[in-house]
Amino acid sequence: MSNTMNAETLGQTRSGRQDNTSPANDRQSSRGRSSASNGQSVLRKMQQPRQVKKIATGLGWFSIGLGVAELIAPDGVARLIGVKPTSTSRTLLRAFGARELAAGIGILSNDRPTGWVWSRVAGDVMDLSMLGTAMTKDDTDRTRLNAATAAVIGVTALDIVTGNGLSSQRSARNGGRASGIHIKRSITVARPREEVYSFWHDFKNLPRFMKHLESVTVMGDGRSHWKAKAPAGSTVEWDAETTADQPNELIAWHSLGDADVSNSGMVRFVEAPGGRGTEVHVDLHYDPPGGAIGALFAKMFGEEPGGQIADDLRRFKQVMEIGEVMLSDATVTEGPHPAQPLSSSEREEHRESRREPSRESSRESSRESSREPNRGMNRGMNVPIERTTDFRGQSSM
Amino acid sequence: MRANCWMGKKKVEVQTVPDPQILNERDAIVRITSTAICGSDLHLYNGFVPTMEAGDVLGHEFMGEVMEVGRAVKNLKAGDRVVVPFPIACGNCAACRAEAYSLCENSNPNGWMAEKMWGHSPAGIFGYSHMLGGFAGGQAEFARVPFADVGPLKIENGFSDEQVLFLSDIFPTGYMGAEMCGIKQGDVIAVWGAGPVGQFAIASAFLLGAERVIAIDRFNYRLDMARENSKAETINYEEVDSVVDTLNEMTGGRGPDHCIDAVGLEAHAPGLQYAYDRAKQAMMLETGRPIALREAARACRNGGTISVIGVYGGFIDKFPMGSIMNRSLTIKTGQCHVQRYMRPLLQHIQNGDIDPSFVITHRMRLEDAPRGFDMFVKKLDGCEKVVLRA
Repeated sequence: MSNTMNAETLGQTRSGRQDNTSPANDRQSSRGRSSASNGQSVLRKMQQPRQVKKIATGLGWFSIGLGVAELIAPDGVARLIGVKPTSTSRTLLRAFGARELAAGIGILSNDRPTGWVWSRVAGDVMDLSMLGTAMTKDDTDRTRLNAATAAVIGVTALDIVTGNGLSSQRSARNGGRASGIHIKRSITVARPREEVYSFWHDFKNLPRFMKHLESVTVMGDGRSHWKAKAPAGSTVEWDAETTADQPNELIAWHSLGDADVSNSGMVRFVEAPGGRGTEVHVDLHYDPPGGAIGALFAKMFGEEPGGQIADDLRRFKQVMEIGEVMLSDATVTEGPHPAQPLSSSEREEHRESRREPSRESSRESSRESSREPNRGMNRGMNVPIERTTDFRGQSSM
Repeated sequence: MRANCWMGKKKVEVQTVPDPQILNERDAIVRITSTAICGSDLHLYNGFVPTMEAGDVLGHEFMGEVMEVGRAVKNLKAGDRVVVPFPIACGNCAACRAEAYSLCENSNPNGWMAEKMWGHSPAGIFGYSHMLGGFAGGQAEFARVPFADVGPLKIENGFSDEQVLFLSDIFPTGYMGAEMCGIKQGDVIAVWGAGPVGQFAIASAFLLGAERVIAIDRFNYRLDMARENSKAETINYEEVDSVVDTLNEMTGGRGPDHCIDAVGLEAHAPGLQYAYDRAKQAMMLETGRPIALREAARACRNGGTISVIGVYGGFIDKFPMGSIMNRSLTIKTGQCHVQRYMRPLLQHIQNGDIDPSFVITHRMRLEDAPRGFDMFVKKLDGCEKVVLRA
């Protein structure tokens, strides 16, 4: 394999990427056709979802194989790529091996290994820069180094094609819109539908379980004012209008005017089978500041929107089923905290953060409703329960 | 207060940490009188459970005296003596209503972590990683106990701590392991692991009507305990060529009717299989060494049950699914639904059917917890079960 050949391969994959984003452009692309007309169809085939997943799996196993080799026999690998084995090369190759293993396991153990495939691309760049550094040394085998570099360039190309394929599948899943984020999440709440609906319908309840919502003020007329915490300590506010409201069935809303975060959403309440209560299906669409890039940053700062909604729904279930949001020693404060009780200063901070007027008022209402935590529990449910110590005696033994 | 904290792999320290406070209205604060080191704490100690952080208070087997209750707790008051079950369970969700308490849907505030690892989240557990809630544990002077109106069992007649402490985990866990076997008259049960949970699985199998119980371990002192206390037959796997052949020999070629894995992810075995699994574990290619489980699957008679109560964390390798499928084996497993078993098992203690304190070999002060971990993990001085007095 020569460098030239690999450059061509890379060229094909580049046009292949255009191919993916815009088939029309591709037809005019002379470069892709001239280098290998077969390559075009191969690449298009490679972009098919099932094919992409297959290649990703192959890459996963490749990562594991290479990782194990680098970990166990770094000197052998060094000689193979034309580098003289030293303690530095050993350390480096072992580190690379660990990285490969992690990427491999990540790809193989995830249904949607997009991030892991891109981590391979980052790894490829590291490999290439190391090979580049090695080229400048005297005691290396140039022929082998060239071959290794060529191989890595080839793999990089494959990684990029695969990563791209997976990313485009992802954006297609998210509603096929280039900007904006579409999230669907659901949870089953062991409460009757009327109760679940009416709790949600009272928008000022929402900050009790939506972590990033500071307040919702109902203004009448189907309009409401929303205030939310945004990353980096800022806040965003917007007005919203209820666009649909079918009692015990669904509530839909969208933001009005030039909202900081233009958004719309729908929540559906469906009777769960077997008397299990209510399925709550949330469907959200929003354009974060900076569109997809904003979401990427949000994700990097641990604010992945889908995960956030899932956590909000988990808290919603807690509020409905146990009357309040469940806390543990490690989850009271923002950020990591060991599983040990809070110090008095941390407690003070926590109290401060909950003393916001909007929160306070919603907590008051939470007290009202949680005074009878089992209110309505028996309504509409097949299994009547008494939430006291009684059911401990109902043992099957 | 003083508390035993996980500080990294193979490192625990008794430190002074803040006193617990009521966080939710169904909480209670308990002053701990007795607490124990569990075999599953050793998995944390040895670094096999992800999402631990330096400073995490360990311990999930504890009992003590109620100091304070949240305003929604009506069944307990200051001064009550309680044993606390290790899974944290709300009593309201679908799982709790089906008495599957260790699957409580509301008690793990870090459910998202468990979902990433396992798909869905089980209940939160005291002192058992952030993935299972990030709750401070009970190897401490005090503990905050959520859902105090559901979990804690009030002890009203003068049992000593040592007689009832193990209702918090290992007695019910062993019992559930035996119960999952669906024991019928004449059944022979094999139990891998004669640690504390194994001992209770053996004793419970007899309580549930097993004809014979065969215990498998490599430490003679543990096998002696099983023999002397529960009249089990024993196999020291380091002293026989093949456990499966030996079991066949002992059961007329049928194999044990049901097999209980009370070992879990850190199994040992002589020879290559151990080296293979240990190497894969070190390279993070599998998280458990399922050696006992593989052996149980081969040994079990056709149509029998494999009951898994040993703890597993992630992925295992070379699982003999072919043997399980083609021979109609049933696998049953789960973290124990302790709340379901506490009362009936207290009744067994009351009836004099069993005195759970037989497993205790070492009694120490809370301050000595690090020494207790060291002895337990190295099996020094015939260490079977360490109880700490706070």
